[in-house]
Amino acid sequence: MSGLLEEMTVRALARNIPLSVQLDLTYRCNERCVHCYLDHNDHGEMTTAEIKHLLDEMADAGVFILTLSGGEIFLRKDFFEIFEYARRRLTFCVKLKTNAILIKEREAARIRDLGVESIQISIYSHRPEVHDAITLVPGSLERSLNAIRFLKSQGLRVVIANVLMTLNAQDYTGVRALADELDVDCTLDPTITPMMDGNRSVLSLSVDQSALRQVFRDGALVGNVDEFCAIPAPAHENDLATLPCSASHTACYVSPYGDVFPCVQFPLPTGNVRKQRFIDIWRHSDQMNEVRSIRMKDLPTCSQCTHVANCTRCPGLAFMEGNMRGPSTQDCEKSFARTGVPSANMLAKGRRAANLIQIRSLPSLTATA
Amino acid sequence: MSRLFVARNPRVAARCLDGEMMIMSARDSTLFTLNRTATILWQAADGTTPLDEIVQSRICPEFEVEPAEALKDAETLARELAGHEILQISEEPIPQRNAPGESPGESR
Repeated sequence: MSGLLEEMTVRALARNIPLSVQLDLTYRCNERCVHCYLDHNDHGEMTTAEIKHLLDEMADAGVFILTLSGGEIFLRKDFFEIFEYARRRLTFCVKLKTNAILIKEREAARIRDLGVESIQISIYSHRPEVHDAITLVPGSLERSLNAIRFLKSQGLRVVIANVLMTLNAQDYTGVRALADELDVDCTLDPTITPMMDGNRSVLSLSVDQSALRQVFRDGALVGNVDEFCAIPAPAHENDLATLPCSASHTACYVSPYGDVFPCVQFPLPTGNVRKQRFIDIWRHSDQMNEVRSIRMKDLPTCSQCTHVANCTRCPGLAFMEGNMRGPSTQDCEKSFARTGVPSANMLAKGRRAANLIQIRSLPSLTATA
Repeated sequence: MSRLFVARNPRVAARCLDGEMMIMSARDSTLFTLNRTATILWQAADGTTPLDEIVQSRICPEFEVEPAEALKDAETLARELAGHEILQISEEPIPQRNAPGESPGESR
């Protein structure tokens, strides 16, 4: 985050302003990604007029960064009407998330004309047989890559989002090489999100400790590996006073049906913009305020954990595990893979101890052999 | 002397946060914040009102400065903002493209 944006975020936090909102325009999609957390049926999406009204309310509330996502946003026939309204009328800083397979030269030119901060495109592998097996759409990699070329030819900023899972665990270096070749940025996320209805079966696609360790020890991804994977320093009092993340503090999420949540990965219903004003939900929802009240010291297990100062704990994933003040096991796994030190949650569950000893001792044995 | 017209670049993102205008450059996503004078200039930059009229009607009353001096400063500021592609400047009126049937949201 740039210094100025950080400063504005601090100011927004102090003034209770929702600086950043992700709005999913639809859950319908033209891909069927095996790890997706969404139900792709349309259960009554907001109309064009309802979305424009919501955008008016969000602009009045101070929202600056608007991420339009889905589902696949280009499946909405009114997508460009909404996008144009958001940019020309309300001057949002717009980010798009898409699989891009419907973007051709004409769409790329129109996006360029309206102005966008970035377009994030999901690419799971550099190999068509792997990417297409994840999206379940033959030819989807080729179409997405063509779209990236169209967007780049318009001078637009494209970010490849690569979700790491069992099916593509060894392909991230190939995706990064592809990103370099296309001259676009690339992000890698090993988090698989449970279905919004609570179904956790997709978590079976999560990569194992071995794959996580490989990623976390890749200097090209994490920078200084020794620093990144260092055993955590003891927590300070300040660490316990910090906020778990931006959800409900400077950011929130709105579904295609108008439901407002703290984050796309935090399915705690806080209100619906079809029944209430966006700003009233943001300011006065009991649920929003409950999330807002939580500090690290309020987390019974995590506040006692050696990783508390450096953990990537997601409150939404913790909520989906059953307790928004509890640990997020996926993030415990990441902290463990990164440092070799089990989290308080893992120790409480009595897991991984034997594994830990083996992992920490192997490198030194190798070094002295 | 020719008159100068100023218009908001429609490709930037902008929001008034706590009285201060945040602008994100379309060129490289650099974030700027505008001071009070620049914010007034930004909000009044409709492409059709000449800069000297903006200075006369919006800036001078706000800051109680001499029009000639204020205009000189405003021209410098406008050219600086144009250098960052935040404003467009021209010696002719600048047509603005808005969402159909809408005027640009200048004060949000």
